[in-house]
Parts: sequence; structure tokens; C-alpha cells
Amino acid sequence: MAEEVKLFGACGSPFSSRIQVALKLKGISYEYIEEDLTNKSPLLLKYNPIHKKIPVLLHNGKSIVESLVILEYIDETWKANPILPEDPYDRATARFWAKYIDEKCVAAAGKAFWAKEKEREKAVEEAWDCLKTLEGALKDKKFAGGETLGLVDIAANFIAFWLRSFQEIFGVELLTEEKFPDLFKWSEEYVEHPIIKEYLPSRDELIVFLNKRLQNLK
Amino acid sequence: MAAEKVKLLGFWISPFSRRVEWALKMKGVEYDYVEEDVYKSKSSLLLQLNPVYKKVPVLVHDGKAIAESLIILEYIDETWKQNPLLPEDPHQRALARFWAKFSHEVWEIAFNAMCSTGEEKQKLVEQCIEALEKMEEGLFKGKQILTGGEGSNIGYLELSVGWIAHWLPVIQDVGSMQILDPLRFPATVEWINWFLSHSLITDNLPPKDRMLVFLPQRREEVASTGLGWVKF
Repeated sequence: MAEEVKLFGACGSPFSSRIQVALKLKGISYEYIEEDLTNKSPLLLKYNPIHKKIPVLLHNGKSIVESLVILEYIDETWKANPILPEDPYDRATARFWAKYIDEKCVAAAGKAFWAKEKEREKAVEEAWDCLKTLEGALKDKKFAGGETLGLVDIAANFIAFWLRSFQEIFGVELLTEEKFPDLFKWSEEYVEHPIIKEYLPSRDELIVFLNKRLQNLK
Repeated sequence: MAAEKVKLLGFWISPFSRRVEWALKMKGVEYDYVEEDVYKSKSSLLLQLNPVYKKVPVLVHDGKAIAESLIILEYIDETWKQNPLLPEDPHQRALARFWAKFSHEVWEIAFNAMCSTGEEKQKLVEQCIEALEKMEEGLFKGKQILTGGEGSNIGYLELSVGWIAHWLPVIQDVGSMQILDPLRFPATVEWINWFLSHSLITDNLPPKDRMLVFLPQRREEVASTGLGWVKF
């Protein structure tokens, strides 16, 4: 059966990288289409008319958007190397932490990085609260870690790589070894995972990505 | 299944705990309901079961706690197989999850519009209408509402967007806003009427008169804290 799988992504985006990791994990061949986020293609606008964002997965002509939704779709469609566990409670737990990362941590980190001088302290503290909660989840083994990559591991790419890179670029200390030793150690190991590593942007690519984001925000 | 094995911590006016109740009733699952007065004083049980968010709803099943209403709905669907809430096809499931998430964003805009004033309110009302138009075109018009499957015609998606049927009109009133114009949203209104024709839903709604007392108080509280955007 000929499967047509396409991924609209952007180099530098953690959300896009997540999907590449999942597709690689499952051994799925696909065509990758790099989108210039300052000049979005008509196809992207056609397949994600509501949010006009990447990543967008196209499978046999049908589009799926929102990275966590795409990850679940991939898991339900291709059964090799499951991303979600079988037990309903474990699945709920995985979904909970993936959602927490996206809705709380990514937002809190972004706030801390982009904050104006007078708002920064409060924003940084909120980000620290998130990281503290995540460190607790890590200790409770909510991230699979190790050989197998699960939903939470894949979603946590932002924490392990992007957050750490941004904190250097912006000069705002969030995830430090001193404050969050376990999370820090986990992030060091994480970025060495062969599949994860393959889809991490270089520092230069990350800077280009950030500049485009800045352009879009203006 | 013994009733004491399933417990739901909820709040009478919350559309999020209500949708979990709808799901449990649809599946015929008996449960103990525990009312949490989340604005006055959260119980130690709630804080223990949902330490991360300290919010309702929380479902407790076989001693394990599950939080976040949409995640609870999926848990319910995977645990009790009768009357499926989600369709079988992965693409349809993805669409259901997408619209459930989108509808939640609309809720936040609507609630925050209710709590704000002046220019900010105007802006939020416009955003809300714009978002609802996307739902009118993309969801209600094409009858893309996806049901659980044979025999059940209310599923995960319907339960997720159901707040529009009962809560939005009240939020509108309390915020003195014009959002759900039937001329502009004929498919949405038609769907609302269909949704409210189910006694399982209408027997389990917070009373409007109580809501009309509670929500203005809530709006005052939000305004006085000056914390800005209320996140759900």
C-alpha cells in the first residue's frame, strides 16, 4: 500500500523536531517540506487554515495539526515502537505531563525570555516553579528516558535542548545544574540520544529561527 | 463495578467537571460525586490528588487520580468500552482532539471577555466571534461533529464543545456582550438545540439562576485582583 506522508516543518522549531523524531522512531518514510515562517507557503495555509502553523502532517491527503495531536495520530496509525503505554492510567499520566510541558513550561519559559526588565523576576520564578515540578515528575519516573522514547520524552525536547539554548542566548538562567541537578543531568543525556540528536538544530540554525520569530512578532 | 471505586471531585458551575459527569453517565458508570468549593477553600483531598494544578475535575478510580477533563474523557473511554466516546479512525480522532483544544481556547477568550471592560473587552469579544466563526464553518456547518460510533451520538467532541450550549449564553449576559448571534451562527445554534434535546445533558446542568448570581461575583473578584488573563 503506497503511503504518502509529508511533514511541513521548520528547522529550529521544537514542535517540528518532535514529529521528525516520532517518524524516525517508527521507521516511517516521509517527504519533509521546510517552511519559511516569514513567508508561509500556500500549501501550509491550505492544510492548516485555522492556525497557519507548523508542524503539519499530511497522510494520504489528510492533514493533522498540533504536535501532540500529531504524535497520538502517528502512534495510532503506525504500531511499531509505541510512544504511548498500553495501560489507560499510564496513558493518562503521559498525556498529563506532555500537556504540562506545553501549556505551562513552554509558556513560562517564553515569558521569562521575552519579559521586560521589571517583569522578568516574577517570570523567572514562575519558570523555576515549572522546572521544579518537572524535576519531581522525573524523579517519579514520569519520563521514560533511556532507550525507548515515549510521548513525554519527545515533548520534553523543548526543556532539554531549546530551553537550555535559549537561556544562553537570552542570558536568563533557568535550568541550572545547581538548582535542578536531576533535570540538568537528564537533559545532558537526552541530547545525546541518537534519534533526538539527529533532529536538533545547530546553534546557527537556532539563531536564524529566533530571528524569524522576532520578525513575525513585530 | 462498585460505585465506591469511582469518585469525581467537581464544582457545580464548572463545565469541565460537568463534561466528565456526562461521560460517566453515558457509560453507565456509577460514581461518588464530591463537591469542591474551589474558590473558598480547597480540600486537602483535592490538593493531595491534584498537586500540580489544584483544580477540578479529578477522577479517582481504583485509588488512582486523573486530572484535566479532556484527559479524563480519554481515560474513561479507554477503561469502559461501552458507548465509545471517540471514533475508531485515527484521523477522525485527531480532528476531535483538535477541535476540543480549539474550543477550550474559545472558552478562555469568552470568560476573559466577560471579566474585562472597555477597549480590551471589545477586542476580546471580536476575537471570540472570529474563533466561533471558525467553528461554525469548520465544525458545525459541515456536520463534522464526530460521534463515538454506533448507538451513541454524543461523544468526546460533543462533550468538549458542549459548554457553548449552556455556559456561553450566560457568560454573554453577565458580560453584557453580543456573541452568539443566531443569524451569524445558524449551524452552531442548530447544534446547540440538538445537544440540549438530550435529557442526559439537560438533567445535568448548573441552574442558570445560580450562575447569574455567581458569575458576576467571580467577575468582580477577577477585576479586583488585577491579575489579568484568567487561565483555565
